[in-house]
Amino acid sequence: MVTCQMSATGLCKQPPGARWNLSASEPKPLASTIVRDDESLLVSAAKGGDITAFEELVNRYERKIFRLAMNITQNREDAEDAMQDAFMKSYQNLDRFQGDSRFYTWLVRIAVNESLMKLRKRRPNQVSLDEPLTGNDGEDSVFREIVDWGPSPEKKFAQTELNEILSTVIGELDPIFRVAFLLRDEEGLSTEETAQILGISVAAVKSRLLRARLKLRQKLNKYFRRSETQ
Amino acid sequence: MNCKKVILELTSYLDGVLDTEMRTDLELHLSRCTDCRVVVDTTRKTIQIFCNSEPVPLPEDVRKRLHTALLERCRRNTKTT
Repeated sequence: MVTCQMSATGLCKQPPGARWNLSASEPKPLASTIVRDDESLLVSAAKGGDITAFEELVNRYERKIFRLAMNITQNREDAEDAMQDAFMKSYQNLDRFQGDSRFYTWLVRIAVNESLMKLRKRRPNQVSLDEPLTGNDGEDSVFREIVDWGPSPEKKFAQTELNEILSTVIGELDPIFRVAFLLRDEEGLSTEETAQILGISVAAVKSRLLRARLKLRQKLNKYFRRSETQ
Repeated sequence: MNCKKVILELTSYLDGVLDTEMRTDLELHLSRCTDCRVVVDTTRKTIQIFCNSEPVPLPEDVRKRLHTALLERCRRNTKTT
């Protein structure tokens, strides 16, 4: 049963004195009384006004949502705004979450929409996720470049350096391919979930994913090329 | 199976959703074609590297602003109830 009520402004009401460390000047994680591993219990508790439970959900996913927003927007300020708006909206609309998908998938859908809105605002002429894919522009060249990488090419780089490389190459992808790849391969969503979030067919996801994967592989060639000593 | 077909089926192959007959054909082609083997192998590694990448820690100032904003929202909600 959903005990959370929506106010006239669409905000989720909670009982007075709800427990999000309201007196503290700085936000600090609180120990939730809910079993941390059980996401559905956390969501139910948050719906019922347990702010600590919602904070636990935020703590759990804030890094991943920020990374996703950064990768989509390619701008730290936009990513921060998108993340904040995504958590706000998920909180406001918690009682609309029916539990027929994972909470994280639902949150990702909101975060993707917020991130794309920021991206469209900043680059109105460059971002269209709706345009149909046409032709095989450059696809041949994408797989014609044959470069062997060796067994563990990523180990040539320190973690920070590797993260920079991955961020650079993903940023060079067209948003239409970038988002499909991020949802499917970085966030680990299924092809069906990705299609649902993007509002496109499974076949379209597969097509975008193929191009994204091939383009990323090609862009990584220059970093991961097997050296003569390998 | 030819090289072009391998590329077309690459996503389904790497995702493990190719039917048995098609997978057998594709793997037979891979056993004979070095170029396709390299493409399949490096594409698989591309996915693995992204999939295994850890999100960097959220910058403390960003985290603080997020939690402060949510806290503020909670305060406002409490006042309006």
